[in-house]
Amino acid sequence: MTTEEIRERLADKVVGIAGCGGLGSNCAVALARTGIGKLILVDDDKLEASNLNRQYFFADQIGEFKSLALRDNIRRIDDTIIVETHIVRLDPDLVTELFADCDLIVEAFDQDNEKQMIIETVLGDMPDKSIISGQGLAGFGNNESIKTQRLGNLFIVGDGETEVSEKQPPLAPRVAVVANMQANLVLELLLNTE
Amino acid sequence: MEILLNKRKETIDKDEITLAELIEYKKFTFKLLVTKVNGQLVKKNVRSESIIRDGDEVDVLHMISGG
Repeated sequence: MTTEEIRERLADKVVGIAGCGGLGSNCAVALARTGIGKLILVDDDKLEASNLNRQYFFADQIGEFKSLALRDNIRRIDDTIIVETHIVRLDPDLVTELFADCDLIVEAFDQDNEKQMIIETVLGDMPDKSIISGQGLAGFGNNESIKTQRLGNLFIVGDGETEVSEKQPPLAPRVAVVANMQANLVLELLLNTE
Repeated sequence: MEILLNKRKETIDKDEITLAELIEYKKFTFKLLVTKVNGQLVKKNVRSESIIRDGDEVDVLHMISGG
């Protein structure tokens, strides 16, 4: 497929991004650059200075809602992409409502309980959708441990073990590797279906 | 009985076991999990009602904070 053929095929595709932090912001930007038709960004947080070590934002955006700041950054890359934003904390009802028209959902939350909530909701209540989850991205190095697990319509990207802690912080390279692997898998699933 | 746990063969010295008991028995360390039995989601609140039998395929996935 040529770049143009890829853009053509992606033009009518919709991807939901649950969380606009390290995973969500980097994944969304990669999809925007590739020419995805529409992104639905959901996040209820505001940007803090400490987020800039890994998230796709800029210092002059501190204090802004992440979903809106990410929309602005995507527009600066490609203003033809439709970006829908929701400033809300997702719960099962909102997951099924806001992501109903998505071709795919990217799980890009920070907290383990939110990851569990959206995976159980999508697998249990939206069985025709696929969800790509990021699990295990803390620290640095150990490229070879980052992998993709495929379990039906659940896909898990990451090393599957490193939990974020004071001594093992999330850093730009590894977080963005996982985020871009999620985006790469989105392309694989969307482009290989036809 | 023999089951496939996270794609690996696992022998368990019982004829059947609930999913909740299996998680306890295997001492899965992360507190938040997503579980599937034979490809079907088993939500966290019904793991004690899900019976695992010989030949079943069980996936126990750790939820890992960070994103």
